[in-house]
Amino acid sequence: MIQKQSLVLGIETSCDETSAAVVADGTRVLSNVISSQMEVHRRFGGVVPEVASRRHVERITLIIEQALQEAQVELGDLDAIAVTQGPGLVGALLIGVAAGKALSFASGIPLVAVHHIAGHIYANHLVKPLEFPLVSLVVSGGHTELIYMEKHNHFERLGQTRDDAAGEAFDKVARLMNLPYPGGPQIDRLAVEGSISYDLPRAWLEPDSLDFSFSGLKSAVMQLMQKAKQRQEEIRPADLAASFQHAVIDVLVEKSIRAVKKTGVKHLLLAGGVSANSALRVQLSKRCEQEQIDLRIPPLELCTDNAAMIAAAGTFLFYEGKFADLTLNADPGLPLTYS
Amino acid sequence: MKILAMDTTTLVMGVAVLEENKVLGEVTTNLLKNHSVRLMPTIDRLLKDLDLKMTDMDVIAVTSGPGSYTGIRIGVTSAKTMAWARKIPLYSESSLTVLAMNGFRFPGLVVPIFDARRQRVYSGVYRTCGNKMEEVMKQQVVSIHEWLEQIAKREEPVLFLGDDVQSFRELIIQHLNERAVFGDPAENIPRPSQLGWLIWQKIIQGEKPESQAFTPNYLQLTQAEANWLQKQGNGESVHESQGRENCISSDGSV
Repeated sequence: MIQKQSLVLGIETSCDETSAAVVADGTRVLSNVISSQMEVHRRFGGVVPEVASRRHVERITLIIEQALQEAQVELGDLDAIAVTQGPGLVGALLIGVAAGKALSFASGIPLVAVHHIAGHIYANHLVKPLEFPLVSLVVSGGHTELIYMEKHNHFERLGQTRDDAAGEAFDKVARLMNLPYPGGPQIDRLAVEGSISYDLPRAWLEPDSLDFSFSGLKSAVMQLMQKAKQRQEEIRPADLAASFQHAVIDVLVEKSIRAVKKTGVKHLLLAGGVSANSALRVQLSKRCEQEQIDLRIPPLELCTDNAAMIAAAGTFLFYEGKFADLTLNADPGLPLTYS
Repeated sequence: MKILAMDTTTLVMGVAVLEENKVLGEVTTNLLKNHSVRLMPTIDRLLKDLDLKMTDMDVIAVTSGPGSYTGIRIGVTSAKTMAWARKIPLYSESSLTVLAMNGFRFPGLVVPIFDARRQRVYSGVYRTCGNKMEEVMKQQVVSIHEWLEQIAKREEPVLFLGDDVQSFRELIIQHLNERAVFGDPAENIPRPSQLGWLIWQKIIQGEKPESQAFTPNYLQLTQAEANWLQKQGNGESVHESQGRENCISSDGSV
């Protein structure tokens, strides 16, 4: 593909981060402003959608303004505005979509609608241009999917979770263990001090399946804790965290390798919030080294929700002229099928 | 000076363009359809009909709530983003005050009502005062029974406005008998042109526009926040029941 000069503003409000970013040519991050609401939601023990939406409305233009200022560009310099259309919390998504459309209408700059997962995959493009074909393991609080990409803007789902997302399993188990919110990073930290000493199940599903299932694992942790309580035995939290985390990562790594072998690709991408998990990064790296697979892992700051990844993904929609019109609506269950 | 006014706080979606105190065009629909999909195309179409461009607009006006949380946010986000992009001032007004304007010449009290579910309403009590409506009882979210009891104590005719009034009609008559007056269909939907006019009056009176951190006035905390506060043993009263009372006359004269 011929790389054109482009300057794209990304807007991301799918969950509890209000973010805006300016990206040049789909590769260079000129700014990436992220206003996290984590502190606001901590007291509720999780993200409260209505609270998140209210906060987005308050922050949205301030964050966009800051992104332009930090990038040292004017609104009129932009070639396109990229906004997350879905999936995510509908009320939260609506803020970004309304802002994106209003901005596009008021400025005459074209609008493109980005799938949140595509954004996570394209976070890798900000480090090094994507090379096709590739497989991406997308793991976050809302998603656990294996995606095959033959070229830009072309996504094919090889497998997905049938129940809980991996990040969701982390959060639920953290809550069972009374760890503070958000639970994922807490388990990661605790696991470092523990050893894999509890026997927990792994759901491999059908022999050729690239789907995932984590709800059984969560139930197994719950039963293990109840049994220990009945027998008045102490649970060693660090060991439980290590054992649980290992059970999740085992399946994630193995299925990713299977997906790479099945499709015959050379490049594997890790994407999504759970990519920040240190043990996942280490184990997947080790395994890919053994199997001689080119593994791409985004830096920590690009793993969690951010608008730079949305701008990067949106740049390729802009290159192909795939614009959204003023009727664009937020879609909390948007499928990753555009091609 | 041209004002682009929009309201998406209830099922009614309204867009108007005013040239100072002259209404150039106005669109209102009253449908169970998505404001998110329809707001921007409606603005686009109205401007085209009027041979105007976004660059011709000098002021953006929006209703700040109360009403549907999602609806409020679509209007406010769109309005504040357009104002920011064009570097023009943003003004807001309560959606209840806008609806109350439909009872502008009523000689008595004017009570706009939006259903807040579970036998509660968003409402306020207004009276004509000069060129606008003065709040006699502050807008709030309140149980309809409690609200009608308070209103009944004021021995004046009362005009109830809004499509949602229908579901409380019998209850209203029980409390107020012949003093209750009901709006006609055209009076029961908020008019974006009224919003525009209210904003024009704010401008000529030198009121300052909203800041960039402008947020809607939902009139109530989120359920999660209310529960959390209660758990902290800090269930402070969020609403005041009495507002200013500048226009004292009870016969509606000003």
